[in-house]
Amino acid sequence: MRRLLPHPLLSLSLTVLWLLLVNSFSAGALVLGALLGWLIPFATSRFWPEAITVRQPGVLLRFLGVFAWDIVRGSFQVAWLILRGPARLQPAFVEVPLALKTDLGISLLANTISLTPGTVSAQLSADRQVLLVHTLNTDDPVALIIEIKQRYETPLRQIFEPENRS
Amino acid sequence: MSAMTDILLSLLILTGALFTFVGSLGLARLRDFYTRLHGPTKATTLGVGCLLVASAVVFSLEGDGLSLHEILVTLFLFITAPVSAHLLARAALHLKVKSLAPAPERPASSPARD
Amino acid sequence: MLDTVIPIAYGLVTLAFLMSFWRLVRGPDAPDRILALDTLYVNTIAFLVLLGIHLGSALYFEAALLIAMMGFVGTVALCKYLLRGDLIE
Repeated sequence: MRRLLPHPLLSLSLTVLWLLLVNSFSAGALVLGALLGWLIPFATSRFWPEAITVRQPGVLLRFLGVFAWDIVRGSFQVAWLILRGPARLQPAFVEVPLALKTDLGISLLANTISLTPGTVSAQLSADRQVLLVHTLNTDDPVALIIEIKQRYETPLRQIFEPENRS
Repeated sequence: MSAMTDILLSLLILTGALFTFVGSLGLARLRDFYTRLHGPTKATTLGVGCLLVASAVVFSLEGDGLSLHEILVTLFLFITAPVSAHLLARAALHLKVKSLAPAPERPASSPARD
Repeated sequence: MLDTVIPIAYGLVTLAFLMSFWRLVRGPDAPDRILALDTLYVNTIAFLVLLGIHLGSALYFEAALLIAMMGFVGTVALCKYLLRGDLIE
């Protein structure tokens, strides 16, 4: 099973992507999509040294819900801050200490931060311990760090790095 | 097209265009590079997302069958927007672009690896 | 209602174009200009999607998809150039 289908999640998403791209759900498109979804992971296997495993799909679903809601909330907040004018903004750089260890976890956290309320991840330190985050408007950087860690990092750790849980 | 879908579509298109506008307004109006970065990455992404949903609804109603490939562009934008934002921020830090917020002063903030 | 909303949306997106273009010309730093270019790509996608809805043609969508991909690759290449002073390592 592992040898025949090394990355089931990747194969599934490639198939769905193909169906969306041709914008038809006929049997032919499905067969071709499934074939591509099966072949492409082999052709690109050097980029995927280890398979992605999702523990606790329930936590993942909850995280996606929080994430989607925060994108909408964040967009409205940023829009409001822009319309209110630059004079009253308090931008700041904050450093978020990371508990995540894997490449996947860190990159997902960085992308989540960039898409959510008024924050952009700016740089990862050389020792991969600290993520530098720029925020558009904050009056309490410590609260922001705690919010990021509780809201995004904890569920990401539960989903992708359960063995490192403290 | 019923009155309900008409109103829904109008709302989606108006919201989308407004967010696109506000994102670019931020780009033109804010005072340093790092704050300007926030406008296009978030507001504009949601704006285009709204327009694409409207487009999906229009073509599902008018064409034959469901039209979902608009999701593809939305998905693509949502994946790429944070990556470009992160790279731009790193490039700006690397070039020591002027910042309103006190920039971090430490040698460890040199980029990790690529 | 759609007939009144679409011209308004055209106007808003056009204004967005003008402001992004102003930032592109004004600068002052290289990252600002790249950000302005990136925003112009996204504005173009918005405009093409609007055109598609208005004219009822799905063809514009393909162009939007292509611009989304090319725009991202362009932004990444320019950022890498700023970070390294070199594109191919």
